[in-house]
Amino acid sequence: MLEINNLHVRVGDKTILNGINLTVKAGEVHAIMGPNGSGKSTLSHVLAGRAGYEVIEGSARYQGKNLLELSPETRAHAGVFLGFQYPVEIPGVNNMYFLKAAINARRVANGLTELDAFDFIQMAKEKAKLVGLDESLLQRAVNEGFSGGEKKRNEIFQMAVLEPQLAILDETDSGLDIDALKIVAEGVNALRDPDRAVILVTHYQRLLDYIVPDYVHVLSEGRIVRSGGRELALTLEEKGYSWLKEAAAT
Amino acid sequence: MPSSTEELQSHLRKDYEHGFTTDVESDTLPPGLDEDVIRHISRMKHEPDFLLEWRLEAYRHWLTQREPNWAKLNIAPIDYQAISYYSAPKTQADGPKSLDEVDPKLLETYEKLGIPLEERAALAGVAVDAVFDSVSVATTFKDKLAKEGIIFCPFSEAVQEHPELIKRYLGSVVPTTDNYFASLNSAVFTDGSFVYIPKGVRCPMELSTYFRINAANTGQFERTLIIAEAGSYVSYLEGCTAPQRDENQLHAAVVELVAMEDAEIKYSTVQNWYPGDENGVGGIYNFVTKRGDCRGDNSKISWTQVETGSAITWKYPSCLLRGDNSIGEFHSIAVTNHHQQADTGTKMVHLGKNTRSTIVSKGISAGQAQNIYRGLVHMGKNASSARNHTRCDSLLMGDRCGAHTYPYMEVKNPSARVEHEATTSRIGEDQLFYCQQRGISEEDAVSMIVNGFCKEVFRELPMEFAVEAQNLLALSLEGSVG
Repeated sequence: MLEINNLHVRVGDKTILNGINLTVKAGEVHAIMGPNGSGKSTLSHVLAGRAGYEVIEGSARYQGKNLLELSPETRAHAGVFLGFQYPVEIPGVNNMYFLKAAINARRVANGLTELDAFDFIQMAKEKAKLVGLDESLLQRAVNEGFSGGEKKRNEIFQMAVLEPQLAILDETDSGLDIDALKIVAEGVNALRDPDRAVILVTHYQRLLDYIVPDYVHVLSEGRIVRSGGRELALTLEEKGYSWLKEAAAT
Repeated sequence: MPSSTEELQSHLRKDYEHGFTTDVESDTLPPGLDEDVIRHISRMKHEPDFLLEWRLEAYRHWLTQREPNWAKLNIAPIDYQAISYYSAPKTQADGPKSLDEVDPKLLETYEKLGIPLEERAALAGVAVDAVFDSVSVATTFKDKLAKEGIIFCPFSEAVQEHPELIKRYLGSVVPTTDNYFASLNSAVFTDGSFVYIPKGVRCPMELSTYFRINAANTGQFERTLIIAEAGSYVSYLEGCTAPQRDENQLHAAVVELVAMEDAEIKYSTVQNWYPGDENGVGGIYNFVTKRGDCRGDNSKISWTQVETGSAITWKYPSCLLRGDNSIGEFHSIAVTNHHQQADTGTKMVHLGKNTRSTIVSKGISAGQAQNIYRGLVHMGKNASSARNHTRCDSLLMGDRCGAHTYPYMEVKNPSARVEHEATTSRIGEDQLFYCQQRGISEEDAVSMIVNGFCKEVFRELPMEFAVEAQNLLALSLEGSVG
């Protein structure tokens, strides 16, 4: 589904990604871990098409297409979803209205008819229940005045509504207490699907107690320095990221 | 709509190019202003003597005044002797004969604004005779209004038919000596609208559609007077979302509203005069004096404005809250793009007991534009228990524009309460990216964010207009981000 090859990315004068190689197949859950500044968020943003990043080498193919030349909205229409580390507030814009615009933009782009208000509301209410989002949040402005946990849950809710093929969750666990973390994890688990791939970007292993990944990759200085199964996350938890640097040095 | 931003911008520009006709018609006075010019205007309009005297008095006062310079506006000097103050109402004989002859790009803009099909021809300047619908629509309206005893006609017609009302009310809210531009308007105004709602009558329709079709060419010095007798109600809508063009750069209108006991006037404006090009060349100077007088107890006046046009806007629709328990409201959206400048706001003058006012101002600034909110809340010494709530929000797009808020408060009664809230925010790259990542295009995202920002004001607009106004905002701001 996603094939990243030797990806080098620069922000300003600074090279952040130094040759990323990663292959993600449908149905898989990949965790990308790494210390602060290793390039985790850059990777998420580049895949979603945020401006300000310059690809200097390498490629990323998604469903056989050159992902990097598509606009952010085209990527979204093709099923790429980014769960934001810091979900953005949009004052005055109703959450449901926003999401209806999003899903219908995608449906139109894919040659489907728009959902009418009735069908959309039915569907949204079901999904809200699925991810444990309080229904009252649906009628509020997008993320405005939401608590940290509510914002993250709203991201998972949006993902549930939009049903992406590739979901990239950028530090979804940051700022969550353990109860909120569990709820978010349950939401993600409920959306695991043989046709859907998930990339979990996280600093801490604890999220992986609740969402069990198929693969764990460790990112350091813009490279994947180690890949393994979920046990790699446990080793990291025990020994810390410095262990990797030492291991890499020898 | 690929690459529509630039395309559209150029459409909008072109519309105006087409609109600037400079044919001089025979009945136009040469440029210049003196007492003879004023006498000529008055004579051409067959005005009664009192009105001529009133004009002359205004003119003599105007001569003693200077242009106000307290606004945060950069205005090139205006040569008042270079302006022609009278030209006979234009005939539309030279205009296009049908929609087929109208620039398709102009029609496309109407389409984008969602203007009803039957109104497009009239707006595009097609000779009214060819627009069978609008004529019959207007006649139907007139009949309906007449049945209720409502007077709604051009100002000059009211001068002929109802001179006693004009004599009694004209200048009673905005005196000839009020300010430089009001004095000038009083001296030389050519036409405008007159509305009279009799006691206890609730005007059965928005006074809008009729006006939109028939108000073209009312000239650069427009005069409007609306009188709502005790217990009456009227909602009046001025202006139009369609791009409006005029070869006259200086516009100085005066609007006076009088609300008697228990009466309510709702006055909504959509202003979309030519704003000048993206380099700040050309564009209308819009110096407007609008004031409502809540003369009776329990009366209410609310102003709602959506200002997207004009190179320079100088405008403070105000309320004199004289009656006890009277209510004043001001809801405003002011959009400035490119090099536009707007210094706009309101004055709420609380004189009666227990009077209340609400101010909601939304300023949106893009390009290199400057957007200023300037508002006065005055609590007079008899205004016991009066209350005001002001909310001023500014939205910036890009980093070369400016937003400024100048609230003035004068409180002479200790039981009065004044509250002021202000925020400034920026349409961030992060907001746009968030929307785009969810599949919403940048254009739609901008319009969604801006409309969210303005929601409280849109709610105040008459329904059919709110939609057009939202589209207008999106059009005015296209291409401002990214």
